[in-house]
Amino acid sequence: MTPLQKVAASFLCALFALIVLATFLLPAHYARQFRDIPNAGPSSAHPLGTDALGRDFLARLLYGTRVSLLLAPAAALLATLIAAVLGSAAGLLGGWFERIVLAATDLSLALPWLFLLLVVRAMLPLDVPPLVSVVIAFLMMGLLGWQASVRVICAAARGVRDSDFLLLARSSGCRPARLLVRHVAPNLRPLFYAQFFISIPLFILTEANLSILGLGVMEPMPSWGNLMRGFEDFSTLSTNPWRLTPLVLLVIVVMCFHLVLPSQEVAQ
Amino acid sequence: MRRVWIVLALTFVSCWPAFAGPQTADHSGGELHFCLRGEPKTFNPLLVEETSSETIRYLTGGVLIRLNRQTQALEPGLATSWKVSADGRTIKFHLRTGLHFSDGTPFTSEDVAYTMKALMDPQLHSPTGDSFRSGEGQVTVQTPSADSVVVTFPAPVAGLERLFDQVAILSAHSPKKEMAVLGPFYVADYAPGSSILLRRNTNYWKKDKEGKPLPYLDSIRLDIQRNRDIELLRFRRGEIHLIDVLDAEYFDRLQKETPAVAHDAGTGLDSEFVWFNQVPTAPFAENKKAWFRSTEFRKAISMAINRDDLSRIVFGGHARPAFGPVSPANHFWFNSSLPAPQYDSAAALRLLAQAGFRLEGSMLRDSSGNRVEFTVITNSGNKSREQMVAMIEQDLSQIGIKVNLVTLDFPSLIERITRTYDYEACLLGLVNTDLDPNSQMNVWLSSAENHQWNPKQSKPATAWEAELDRLMHAQASATSDKKRKADWDRVQQIVAEQQPFIYLVNKDAMSAVSPAVVGSAPSVLDPHAFWNAEVLRLGADPALGAQK
Repeated sequence: MTPLQKVAASFLCALFALIVLATFLLPAHYARQFRDIPNAGPSSAHPLGTDALGRDFLARLLYGTRVSLLLAPAAALLATLIAAVLGSAAGLLGGWFERIVLAATDLSLALPWLFLLLVVRAMLPLDVPPLVSVVIAFLMMGLLGWQASVRVICAAARGVRDSDFLLLARSSGCRPARLLVRHVAPNLRPLFYAQFFISIPLFILTEANLSILGLGVMEPMPSWGNLMRGFEDFSTLSTNPWRLTPLVLLVIVVMCFHLVLPSQEVAQ
Repeated sequence: MRRVWIVLALTFVSCWPAFAGPQTADHSGGELHFCLRGEPKTFNPLLVEETSSETIRYLTGGVLIRLNRQTQALEPGLATSWKVSADGRTIKFHLRTGLHFSDGTPFTSEDVAYTMKALMDPQLHSPTGDSFRSGEGQVTVQTPSADSVVVTFPAPVAGLERLFDQVAILSAHSPKKEMAVLGPFYVADYAPGSSILLRRNTNYWKKDKEGKPLPYLDSIRLDIQRNRDIELLRFRRGEIHLIDVLDAEYFDRLQKETPAVAHDAGTGLDSEFVWFNQVPTAPFAENKKAWFRSTEFRKAISMAINRDDLSRIVFGGHARPAFGPVSPANHFWFNSSLPAPQYDSAAALRLLAQAGFRLEGSMLRDSSGNRVEFTVITNSGNKSREQMVAMIEQDLSQIGIKVNLVTLDFPSLIERITRTYDYEACLLGLVNTDLDPNSQMNVWLSSAENHQWNPKQSKPATAWEAELDRLMHAQASATSDKKRKADWDRVQQIVAEQQPFIYLVNKDAMSAVSPAVVGSAPSVLDPHAFWNAEVLRLGADPALGAQK
């Protein structure tokens, strides 16, 4: 591990410890409103100030981190897995299978997912517990967010299809499934990681938009997504710059993940 | 019945300042710029049913009687005088003479007769005409002379003369049909999706105190702009002169930057409220229906909500706790004897105990032991409503009630509250464009579609709803304002006692007007910032906007 990787790993460990222990460390619940001090600046009682309803911003940030850091990577993992399987198989096998997968991907990209999401919201009962609602939202993101990655992975898999090591493996009687698992996937792993890490911030922001449709994380539960919805008010941001902390945290966390996990493979 | 619109998070504004004074700019003319928030659906003044078309109608239409948006008094328009008969069925107008439409066609009593016949034609389905339909039968219009008209309705019409504020007179003979107008401006150019240009009607009848012809402005350009952020940005850049409706957040932003352009006219007519679904066939648990039907439960919820905090925090002080269906801004029809809503969670708990609820630890349970918990829906994208629900959630947690919030896109929300009734409670706003209680017939009659807590009842479900029906019909058929006021006061009292709608706040009417506009006198009534467009003009500095 390089020193930079150690720093990144330490930061992630500290953050995970913080969000797990948030319940015990913070003086106030994320939903508690201190109505006498809405939009307050940082103070000893509220290190990151309060939001428009007087809720402690640090508490909301840590609870929001807990929600986003657990669920967005899970959704990204699901989407990347689907894309990896479909893209690698299509690139390796080629022919009619590749055409079908790419056509399905194009079709899927062209579909108005917004309306599908609205239908899903309409089908869900209103009294779904907030946690279940959050899980459903991220699950849908995972199931619907694989298309762009499939195209990238398929193109890369096509590149290794005619490589010498694959020819050797084929000539040794290696079956397609083994080819995929033992030879193609390891060579595409850096790409999988890249797609995975690109998806995380994308899903966090998508969650913020989904909450506008009544899916996703609803008030008063915080998430990075709905904390960042406050960015639309630029005047508030200019007077309360600490409101940018969710964005800063998002950037740092994604960078740390990128440094810690895939670096060796990328270097290969 | 007149229009009462339940709306998303949008709309409201106005202003008041006292500087309505006469215009002292040293020259007249200029082109006023502002934005419409949607495409006008029609230029036919009889078919107007949304805000953009209403703006065009207001600026171009000539009416027999005009409601002064500032004094709330009726003033002569195309009619110099009018008289309503004792039975409330007939109104006789004496018209101005020698007037011409914008295309030069002369104005006579025939035009009024033509307009009234078109307005009441059942085939036209005029929303404005619906306001006049008081009973079965034909409306007759007589024109004894070129300057007098007598209109007779089959049944008494309450507040009859006030309704004519929305009836723009059409020409019976002009080849331009509805594009020939008697108002201060006429539609000169329309670029769909982009803008509408209104030019000064040189045939407009009105003159200022010095005898100069009105309007002062040469033209008004209305840009179609749906995005409010962009509208605000354009105002700050000086590309537009006014924003007719401004919400609290934008108002505060503007006021910090340039206090002179932001106008708060005081409490407006719009209200925000929450209600519980009392539809018997609604698809949720019977025990919840029993809670929602309980008057004590509804009153306790009302008492447990801190309206002062809602006004102060969500609306930055630009709202006041609401009393009932009529805003205090409606001077004549507001029932000032209603008790102010009190925030008292201890009293709320006592009331709930009387109704069989009990507090166990931090949870309220009903007599069967069910935890009291419900979901409030509201329209997505409306930050103030989401914040209100979050605050209500904390208030009600003090009495052991758990509240969940679900935001829905507007069509889904409307589907649930008007068709499937698959919701428990809803928070929305009411935009009332009219002062008269008749405009709320479609809310308070138990058979009405907008009787939101239990709409379209074949017969009133409760005694108090039967009483509301009786009072609403009585006020609608009474000809004396005193009698109507007494009935309407009683309606407000019943609503306060029963809380079918739990009124939360009345928002202030806020708008923004550039200092370049001379003569602006924002009002609490619609339209707020340009109600006196005929006397507006651009000041000595013709540059647009507040900032450069």
